[in-house]
This record gives sequence, C-alpha cells and structure tokens, in this order.
Amino acid sequence: MSGDVPFRILPRVSDRNRHFWTGGAEGKLQFLRCQDDGTYVHPPTSRCPKCQGKNLAVEAVSGRGTVHTFSINVQQWMPGPEPPYVVAIVELPEQEALRLTTNIVNCAPDDVRIGMPVQVVFERHDDGDESVYLPLFEPADEVP
Amino acid sequence: MAVDSIEQRTVISGVGQSDIGRRLFRDPLDLTLDACMAAIEDAGLTTHDIDGIATYPGAMDTPAGFSGAGLVEVQDALRLEVGWYTGGIELPGQLGSVIDACLAVAAGLATHVLCFRSVYEGSAQGTQGRSAVMPGGGGGGGGTFRAGSYMQWTLPFSAPSATTWIAMFAQRHFYEFGTTREQLAQIALNARKNAGVNPKAIYRDPMTMDDYFDARMISSPLCLFDCDVPCDGGTAVIVSSADAVADLRKPPIQVEAVGTALYGRPSWDQFDDLTTMACRDAAAQMWTRTDIKPSDVQLAEMYDGFSFITMAWLEAMRFCGHGESGPYVEGGQRIAREGELALNTHGGQLSAGRLHGYGFLHEACVQLWGEAGQRQVPGDPEIGVAAAGGGPLAGCLLLTNRR
Repeated sequence: MSGDVPFRILPRVSDRNRHFWTGGAEGKLQFLRCQDDGTYVHPPTSRCPKCQGKNLAVEAVSGRGTVHTFSINVQQWMPGPEPPYVVAIVELPEQEALRLTTNIVNCAPDDVRIGMPVQVVFERHDDGDESVYLPLFEPADEVP
Repeated sequence: MAVDSIEQRTVISGVGQSDIGRRLFRDPLDLTLDACMAAIEDAGLTTHDIDGIATYPGAMDTPAGFSGAGLVEVQDALRLEVGWYTGGIELPGQLGSVIDACLAVAAGLATHVLCFRSVYEGSAQGTQGRSAVMPGGGGGGGGTFRAGSYMQWTLPFSAPSATTWIAMFAQRHFYEFGTTREQLAQIALNARKNAGVNPKAIYRDPMTMDDYFDARMISSPLCLFDCDVPCDGGTAVIVSSADAVADLRKPPIQVEAVGTALYGRPSWDQFDDLTTMACRDAAAQMWTRTDIKPSDVQLAEMYDGFSFITMAWLEAMRFCGHGESGPYVEGGQRIAREGELALNTHGGQLSAGRLHGYGFLHEACVQLWGEAGQRQVPGDPEIGVAAAGGGPLAGCLLLTNRR
C-alpha cells in the first residue's frame, strides 16, 4: 500500500484467525482448508463444515477474485478512510461462495462494477506485538 | 384437511405504546413501562394476570440506546410472577421474542405473556448523530478496541453500519433484476404518506420523488430516506392463550401461523443469495403452517429498517415473485392504504420511528381491530402479516381477526 494508512478498528487476533489476519506479511491470502475434501472454511472454525472432520490446514489462495456486490459508502460513521470509499463483497474463484467483505482501493469509487476482476493488496497495521494485514482488493486484469 | 399449527392456540390480546419521539430525553425504563402498562390495560388484564415475559434484545449497554430496558428490570418493576420468561438477541429477528411467547403459551408454561421492545437511540445519539453510538465514535470502542466474533469481518473494513451491509444486498438485486432507485423510493414515499395521518409518527411532512432524489447518499444505492429514523419509545404486546379469551376486554387477534426458519448461513456476507435474506426462509416456513394463501392477505406490516428490506419481504412473502418487487411497487398504488396490499400503514420505521420490529406487529393488530382512526385501511382487513428483521434475521406472524 502506498500513501497514508487510515485508522481502522482492528480484529482481535487469535490462534483461530491468525493465518487470515497476518498472512499478508508474506503477501498471502490464507484460509483453512479441509485436507480430506478440499473445502475452504471461512470464517475459520475447527471443523470442516462439509465433513465435520478436523483435518484442516492453512493454505494460500491466488488472491484474485471478482466483485460480487458493493456499496459506495458516503457517510463517515467512525474514524477511518475518507469517504466516499467502496465496501465490497468479493468472491474468490477457488470455491463457489467463498467470499469476504473488504474494500476496493486504488480506483475511483464510480468505476467499481459487479463482476469486476480484482486482486488482493494488503494494508499493514502495527499495533502491539503483532502486525495485522487487512486484505483489500484493487482492480486486476481479466484472467487470461 | 386444515393445517393445524400449535401457534393457533394463541392470540394477541392487547398492544401498547409509550410516547414516541425523535429525542424525548426520558428514562427509557419509564417509557418501557408505559408501553407495557398500556398493553396490559388494552387486553383488559392487570399485572397479576401476566405470568410470562419476553423481550428483544434484553439488557444491553452498547450500542447506547439500543435497549431501553432488560427483562429483569421490567419483570421486577411490575413484580411479575412468571411461569416462563426469555430475553435475548440471538433469535429469529425482533419478533422472535413474540413467537417464543406464542410457543410458551401453547406449551402451557404461561397464559398471558408480556412482550416488549424499547429503544432510546434518538436521545443516545444526541446531537452527534449516528457516529456517537459507533465503535470508536464514543459508543464504547476506540483506543485499543479490537473487533471479535462476526464484527471482525466488517469493522476493519470501515463498514460498521447495517446501512452498508443492506446496501450491498440492494446493489446485487439491482444488478440481477434491474431494480431501480425510483422503485425503491416507493417504500419510503408510501411510508411517509401513511405517516402523514399517524399522529405519533416522527416525520409527517409530505415527501416527493424529487425530495427522495435530493436526499444525500448514505451508502449507495441507499440514500438518507432509505434509512429508518432513530427514536425513543417502547412497544408492548400481550400474547394470550386462546383458551383464556374470557379474561379479555375485547375479541383478540388470532395468531394463525409463525415463521422462524433460517436455512442459509447466519451471516451478512456468507448468505447463499444476496438478492434475498433470511426472510426467504422464515416466510416460506410460515406458509407451510396455514391454509391461508399470500393472495388472501390485505395488510402487510413489514420491516423497513432500510427500504430494501421491505422489498425482500414482499418477495419472501410471495406477494410477488423473486426479483419482481421493483415492478410490484412501481407507482406506489398497489401498496397504498387503499391498494390491494396496504403496506406499512403507520409509516414504518422510515417515517414513524425505529421502534425496531415491534411497531409493525403493533400496527397490524391496531388495523385488525379497526382502531387505526384516520389511517384505518378501508374495508377493515381481516388478514395481515407482521414481519421483522433484515439480513440474517427474520421472524414473521400471520394474523387474523376471523373467528
């Protein structure tokens, strides 16, 4: 990320979600994945939602996705990015309905469209002992 | 053979409301008790007759103003001796507490249950507006506050408000079905028109389509008039056993069917279809519990915390097909008080104030009793729905004054 990093309320990092919130240190967007049936698990839990097994491991995904829906937020609710900014739900290609709420950055809010290809970019926050890396998304080229 | 559902053993016997205002600066427990006593008296009962109590969301200190009083405060203030009680937030929407009461009465744990919901969000926000009750905005966050549980997936992305979450549902609906802001506006315009003849409504001045489009955007495609208005006030209803009609002051409203289902994931962003909501499941279940059909319904009091939620409920209730709520409300005639489906006849939360779910049930009962005065739906409707909740929350009741 370039430029000033806005104030953010950060997530409470725990053993359960650390892979997600700190994977950006290595440039990786990471999820738990069932090693038996391949299901990505989000939000993270200790069992696969499909087979209820516990054989989960952290895996990185491509970091690419598409905008499933979005809103241009104009209201300043709390300290944070200068409105207008885009809040979006991005769907990842690795699994149907594998989604996360995020922001679309590095483009004009009015240019955001549903179906638009995006790629992850991390916003680093240093607070306490452990840095947190928020996965944001920016426009990407179409996958060839 | 007629569908026989256990909730049909229960009735709504009384309703009550406190003073309602944008900012009353009154003790919220006092407002709550005003509503409770009004409902008890409306039913022709006394506090000694009340043997059950239910509320949503229960006592909560944050966000400020969200809960006017908890169950314990009200139960103790009225010295209620109860056979059953419940208060909490993890329910099928705000009316889940009323549905719980129906089930408790049907199960014989109580005969007359006091159900209530009160808010003082208007006063709590004071002059600072919504930011006063947001995390980091003085509402119990800031500093070293860290988001846990579900909020960790939205707060770090500066999306603390349900406005933005619901806006993303609306945007997806617009994308898939071609729904427009002009269509969405009909929910707000209809509410305002009805509020004009509701003396207790917060905003009663006429609103035009131009006014709607002139309003500032909050989170696209939702503008200010797509968002309900925080207020202070309490609402209460009494759920009674159909076997206890002799106790009552007036013929009660029959609970015909309830809906509580949630088959999709209980999540704002992981729900399987972001053009609909939990209402899809709750309403579908409700229709399996009755012989009454959607086309029999004359009155619909359905949640409008944001205008789009009402659109989702219209489709969920099968008043129109999935994706067809835009054309359904187009022009506004169909949903007007004199239309084929009178919708949010008190002004909804958009214009009558964010009483948070219970206001819709209150209005449905008042209409079915024919007590709505100037805003009474012509022809005195016999069948109505009351529905509350948006996103992953939904609960609904089908009501009738037929006997």
